[in-house]
Amino acid sequence: MLKYTLKRLSYMVVTLWIIATVTFFLMHLLPGTPLKNEEKLPEHIKEQIMEKYGLNDPLPVQYLNFMGGLVQGDLGASYTQDGREVSGMIAEGFPVSAFIGGQAVVFGSIVGLLLGLIAALKRGTWMDNLSTMIAVFGISIPNFVLGALLAYFVGVKWGILPVALWESYASSIMPSFALALVVVAIISRYIRTEMVEVLDAEYMKTAKAKGLPRRTVVFRHALRNALIPAITILGPLTVNIITGSLVIEQIFALPGIGEYFVKSIVNNDYTMITGITIFYSILIVSVIFIVDILYGIIDPRIRLSGAKE
Amino acid sequence: MNTSEKLSPDLFKPAQLDSSEGEQIRKESVSYWQDVIRRFRTNIGAIVGLSIIILFIVMSFVGPYMNSYDISTQNYDIQNLESFSGDHYFGTDKFGRDLWTRAWYGAKISLLIAFLAAFLDVTIGVTYGGVSGYYGGRVDNIMQRFLEILYSIPNLIIIILMLLVFEPGIIPIALALSITGWVPMARIVRAQMMKLKSQEYVLAARTLGASTYRIMTKHLIPNVMGPIIVAVTFAIPSAIFFEAFLSFIGLGLRPPGASLGVLLNDGNKLLQIYPYQLFWPALIISLIMLSFNLLGDGLRDALDPKMRK
Repeated sequence: MLKYTLKRLSYMVVTLWIIATVTFFLMHLLPGTPLKNEEKLPEHIKEQIMEKYGLNDPLPVQYLNFMGGLVQGDLGASYTQDGREVSGMIAEGFPVSAFIGGQAVVFGSIVGLLLGLIAALKRGTWMDNLSTMIAVFGISIPNFVLGALLAYFVGVKWGILPVALWESYASSIMPSFALALVVVAIISRYIRTEMVEVLDAEYMKTAKAKGLPRRTVVFRHALRNALIPAITILGPLTVNIITGSLVIEQIFALPGIGEYFVKSIVNNDYTMITGITIFYSILIVSVIFIVDILYGIIDPRIRLSGAKE
Repeated sequence: MNTSEKLSPDLFKPAQLDSSEGEQIRKESVSYWQDVIRRFRTNIGAIVGLSIIILFIVMSFVGPYMNSYDISTQNYDIQNLESFSGDHYFGTDKFGRDLWTRAWYGAKISLLIAFLAAFLDVTIGVTYGGVSGYYGGRVDNIMQRFLEILYSIPNLIIIILMLLVFEPGIIPIALALSITGWVPMARIVRAQMMKLKSQEYVLAARTLGASTYRIMTKHLIPNVMGPIIVAVTFAIPSAIFFEAFLSFIGLGLRPPGASLGVLLNDGNKLLQIYPYQLFWPALIISLIMLSFNLLGDGLRDALDPKMRK
């Protein structure tokens, strides 16, 4: 287990190093300087700004400075927002994004779990078909379409919930709901498939033959085993939520990292783009790492193998 | 006169029993693909999906010519016309451009990007996975390490970085999508190859002197076709989603180009005043994604009945 963990950890570090390096050089390959109104600036002021951001140093020196800062959690200053640190802005936006995303995961998981469970237990009935339909729609309707429609109907037309901005808890309901639909779809499908498999297993017959009540059979024996593989979808789910948050925060004008990221793309704020890219990568890669390790700890059958495809 | 008198024994003669005939198979044998078609036809959802896809592909070519407008001509006398005004079936946008024409043209561009990305996924993925799985050993080992690193880099990050460097267009977007898109395909093909290459018919082919190339293209790849087709059907809606997503974060096609993503983004900006401008492209993109998902589910069940639960 230790060897496996160390191996995975080193992969993770290599991956993050590659991402950081590639991002850094790509951003420096882009044409032009990251200055606003470049043409209008007098030559000496331009020089000063370039000096201040260390853009006059040779590229290898800039790279080493960047990597040195990165290790200490310093991502440099934003080019377009005067006097603001990229790390500071991430720290400011992350709670909002994390709250919206976290709420979506919790809500989506509970609903998805229930739907999947019902579908598996009532296989072939209308309830099963309904849950399949919800899952197919959940995967097919892009979250930004759902978000925009919610904003229009619930927010503008009926005026039930606030359409935009981050003011009270009510502001988080629609964005979370728009993000949660995919979660519901993915989790319910997954739980159904796993449950159907587990319910056919021999030990389920044993449990029933012992005369255990149905509740115990379903929850203690079937669901617990079906839940183990479901941990593996946490990785793709995180990616999904982050992707979704980029557009959902746009639609609902929320001050999360996604909003900052999109803004920095539009404004060519290279330090911001680099910083948030690395932040997202760390987030995703860590979740996948934790999932892999957890999986080995929870399910002894696959411990040490590390070769599960 | 009773029956026994009428039927004399000499009217009967012993039946000729030929033991070899008992073994004969009377019904024509059903080939794998005939069986697939038979199973596919019983799946209503998949048939509906396929029909909608065909209809939309036809409409994306015919639709723009059904009235006399083109995608980029601006007419400030007819800004923001409601749907179904005259021959502006979907109305017009804020520049007075006909939305019916733009919607179907946009659908064509989105589908084109998705098909192009899927084609690249298949070409690279099948070659890479095929070589890796067939040769095995050290070749496989090295190729898999490379794949592992690529797999752990979030595709969202790669796609965004690629499009920051290259000017967004049909080909750059398709390329960016397939940079990571081919990886799952390569994994599927590799796993299948490893399973198939040790089977007797491959040994037989090799004994008869067939070249590696021939074994790959004539014997192995046709047997992996099923999983490949299913993976492609699911890759297309995901590419369509990503194209629209990129427009939302400001990395989509440049105006006056149109794709479903561009239209959704434009529509979203005017959502509170002119909701119909978002509604039509949202309906089209949702239906396309829904249809491909239904088709994919149907194909998976038809191609591999063992997977059906």
